[in-house]
Amino acid sequence: MSLLNVFNISGTAMSAQSVRLNVTASNMANADAISSSIDQTYKARHPVFQTILDDMNFGESGTTGGVRVAGVVESQVPASKEYQPGNPLADEEGYIYRPNVNIIEEMANMIAASRNYQTNVEMVNASKKMLTETLGIGRG
Amino acid sequence: MNLDNAFGLHAKAITLRSHRAEVLATNIANAETPNYLARDFDFGAVLESVAAGRSEMKATHANHIQGGEAELMGQDLMYRLPEQPSIDGNTVDLQTERAEFTKNAMQYQASVRFLNGKISGLLSAIRGE
Repeated sequence: MSLLNVFNISGTAMSAQSVRLNVTASNMANADAISSSIDQTYKARHPVFQTILDDMNFGESGTTGGVRVAGVVESQVPASKEYQPGNPLADEEGYIYRPNVNIIEEMANMIAASRNYQTNVEMVNASKKMLTETLGIGRG
Repeated sequence: MNLDNAFGLHAKAITLRSHRAEVLATNIANAETPNYLARDFDFGAVLESVAAGRSEMKATHANHIQGGEAELMGQDLMYRLPEQPSIDGNTVDLQTERAEFTKNAMQYQASVRFLNGKISGLLSAIRGE
């Protein structure tokens, strides 16, 4: 029954988007987590989405399916170095390191993820309405 | 009288409409997947070929189970022409897909209403009221 499949497809998208929201929250929370060495500094993370091709449908072609998080990649932008000799976390030369989190980018990511999540919730609701109507066939 | 004929094309149409809902849901779910290409199918053409009887589903033996006639084949699906292709290779236009999904849902409901009308017509014929 393909309408029930819409629930699965939108469900995978909702969980993928919630992973994205989680990662964004982690980035924002750690945006100011300074450290005393470049290796220990928090790096911004971003999920990579991938289509789940479901070959149970439409024979060999596999053309419908949800989405999943293929992995989370760390941003390769170098951590910024700042001279703050008074900071207790400063290294011997007086430098501290700030995470490479771009707050503006993260805000945009957050809005996009939440909008996408909402759209998928609406898809589930619309399919539910269609199914309810179908269940009522023949009731007059 | 054959009940299949009584319901006409609507029974096939709702099956295809639910397939289309699935295809459009896939597009929306993958709205931000890199390199994902939006897909859709020509509803009118597929319905026409389903109504005419698919040649691909020919049974070669009497015991072969016939698949649902209104099944969608992989080759029916085509790629949507992108209006604003993005640099990550994704061609999903969320507005288009949502509009198409809503339209498809309305047309699905219309088919369901038609079926309901046919059924209540048959019922009153049976009861002889």
